[in-house]
Amino acid sequence: MQVLYFAWLRERIGAAREEVQTDAATVADLVGELRAREPRYAAAFSDMSAVRVAVDQTMADMTAPLKGAREVAFFPPVTGG
Amino acid sequence: MAVRVQEADFDIAAEIAALTATDRDIGAVVSFTGLVREIAGGGADQRMTLEHYPAMTERALAEIEAQARARWPLSGVAIIHRVGPLAPGDNIVLVLAASRHRHAAFEAAAFLMDYLKTRAPFWKKEAGASGARWVDARESDEAAVARWG
Repeated sequence: MQVLYFAWLRERIGAAREEVQTDAATVADLVGELRAREPRYAAAFSDMSAVRVAVDQTMADMTAPLKGAREVAFFPPVTGG
Repeated sequence: MAVRVQEADFDIAAEIAALTATDRDIGAVVSFTGLVREIAGGGADQRMTLEHYPAMTERALAEIEAQARARWPLSGVAIIHRVGPLAPGDNIVLVLAASRHRHAAFEAAAFLMDYLKTRAPFWKKEAGASGARWVDARESDEAAVARWG
């Protein structure tokens, strides 16, 4: 699936998007896999209270299932307007 | 439906004229414009950059508009949000709500902004004399959206 990062998550991870091969069942499982990859991911996902997620462009939470999902985006709480 | 995300500035009078041009049943248009504020101690070359999630933004704004239309009898709604580099004093966002009567228009405009601030995928980064930082979300914005139930 495509995994996207925005704002400071993009900066800390050093990528705006990447293709991730995963069988993660939920968003939380995916976060666990990413954290285990490299320190920059562990750092970006160290405080999950500061991270929001969208699955296929719809706001979701960490328990959301990923079966069939094509795009998962991680970002901080929004600050538009 | 008029939901737009753009780098260019917008003309408030032209947007109101476009919203009301064909509907003589509109008795009230409320407009809200959000501007870039100057940061205290930010120096002369302050800038703000608005980032967004293109594939999701217009969908999120359209969903916010649909919720407003389900709550109030609205004749028209417009949401325009700018992205890219901005400077203090620049327009960021325009919300228009048109209805037969003013109460629905006032309330819908407030609702649209409260939802936009907490549900639409935009992020602000401020840069000035003391460096650059991502703007933190405010708990008061979550409290504002909670009042709509």
